Amino acid sequence: MTEEKYMIEVKHLVKNYGENEVLKDISFNVAQGEVLSIIGPSGSGKSTLLRAINQLETIEGGEVIICGDTLYKEGLSLTPDQKRKIQLHNGLVFQDFNLFPHMSLKKNITEALIYVLKKDKAEADEIALSLLDKMGLKDRADSYPSQLSGGQKQRVSIARALALKPNVLWFDEPTSALDPELTGEILKVIKDLAKEKMTMVVVTHEMSFARDISDRVIFMDEGLIAEKGTPYEVFENPKNPRTIQFLNRFEG
Amino acid sequence: MSSLLIPMLEGTLVSIKIFLFTLLFSLPLGLLVERGKRSKIWIVRKLINLYIMIMRGTPLILQLIFVYFAPYYILGTSFNRLNAVIFAYVINYAAYFAEIYRGGIQAIPKGQYEASKVLGLTKAHTFTHIIFPQVVKEILPAMGNEVITLVKDTALAQTIGVAELFRVAQTASARQFATTPLFIAGVFYFVMNAGVSKLFDIAEMKLNYYGKA
Ligand SMILES: Nc1ncnc2c1ncn2[C@@H]1O[C@H](COP(=O)(O)OP(=O)(O)O)[C@@H](O)[C@H]1O
Ligand SMILES: [Mg+2]
Repeated sequence: MTEEKYMIEVKHLVKNYGENEVLKDISFNVAQGEVLSIIGPSGSGKSTLLRAINQLETIEGGEVIICGDTLYKEGLSLTPDQKRKIQLHNGLVFQDFNLFPHMSLKKNITEALIYVLKKDKAEADEIALSLLDKMGLKDRADSYPSQLSGGQKQRVSIARALALKPNVLWFDEPTSALDPELTGEILKVIKDLAKEKMTMVVVTHEMSFARDISDRVIFMDEGLIAEKGTPYEVFENPKNPRTIQFLNRFEG
Repeated sequence: MSSLLIPMLEGTLVSIKIFLFTLLFSLPLGLLVERGKRSKIWIVRKLINLYIMIMRGTPLILQLIFVYFAPYYILGTSFNRLNAVIFAYVINYAAYFAEIYRGGIQAIPKGQYEASKVLGLTKAHTFTHIIFPQVVKEILPAMGNEVITLVKDTALAQTIGVAELFRVAQTASARQFATTPLFIAGVFYFVMNAGVSKLFDIAEMKLNYYGKA
């Protein structure tokens, strides 16, 4: 057999903000249908990693391959069109939703369907409505984001990302901006996507959730992957003292 | 009475013409100037800053006189008066509008650009469909003030002899030894600005269909 087919391959990724080396030699892969959780203290570089892979930050070194397409490698230069095409392999769900406030929920979802994937309006509407339905928001299709609760906004933003049929869906602390009683509804949506074998990378502070849904877990600390493995390996049997120290803060 | 009213209405038409042409050109030009202010090219940024400083730092009436007379001294020809007025107003107002656009664009959260980019929308589409519509709502009150000022500024066109409303009223007033024409002109300006205010109120109301997300 040949090697396993990876959706995401990250090799020795380096990212600096000036003198500050925020990501130092990060390597990991994500296989098809896999759910990977990234945990770690705040400031350890989790968001920067997601943002770099989703082209919201520059990369200074290493190699990033997304669904077979090389996004970054020393000496490689891509046109804006090539970069946009690669980005369409990915969907990104932000902590604070970033919905378009001047567009109805339906329009939030159809905008890229129509102008990026060139679907006709009827088809785009149909996709938007069925996704809103899936998120329990079908009757709110004509509402505006400001009329929704945080949990509802996050569900719309997930629908917006899913509409483009990404191969990998990335979440950056999708419940951190929500009131505690609303986190459950978002975690359930992500769980359901995991059951459908959606490939996902989730940065989260919800430890029991990460343990529950992940196939693998990465613990990041000061710009490095300090530990990685199955949820059992990382949560029940951590090797690195930093991991132990971090996890202890979430106990009892 | 009609011997007074008809010239005054004609003057009003000239004022309205100055007003509309100024807006027609300065609104898009202001957007271009704003973009230039953020140019990657150092010299472009510096020149645009200098231009904005001159436009905002010197009296409009002086700029108007300069635009009208400078070509005469330099090239020996001059603009038609009305065109000179419109040109001077366009470059003056574009500078003010650029500053207003800048404020509005800065008020849009970075996340709006990031969400657009992640969804694969082009930069141009992001600006025209995601950012600019939100900027319009943001800047409407400041634009309202500026446009009302423009209505009153049209009266300065008389400086270089354009027969707009104020000049017609002044001439009539001098001929009749009476302030009535000036008073009527005041009412005209007031009515025009009431209309402008109303239009901005309606626009603000229309854009209130959504709130901050
Ligand atoms: N735009 C930026 N400019 C400079 N430093 C940044 C920027 N964004 C993040 N950082 C720094 O990068 C490090 C990692 O941040 P981040 O990726 O947000 O961590 P996490 O998501 O794990 O909390 C932090 O030290 C942070 O201060
Ligand atoms: Mg973060």
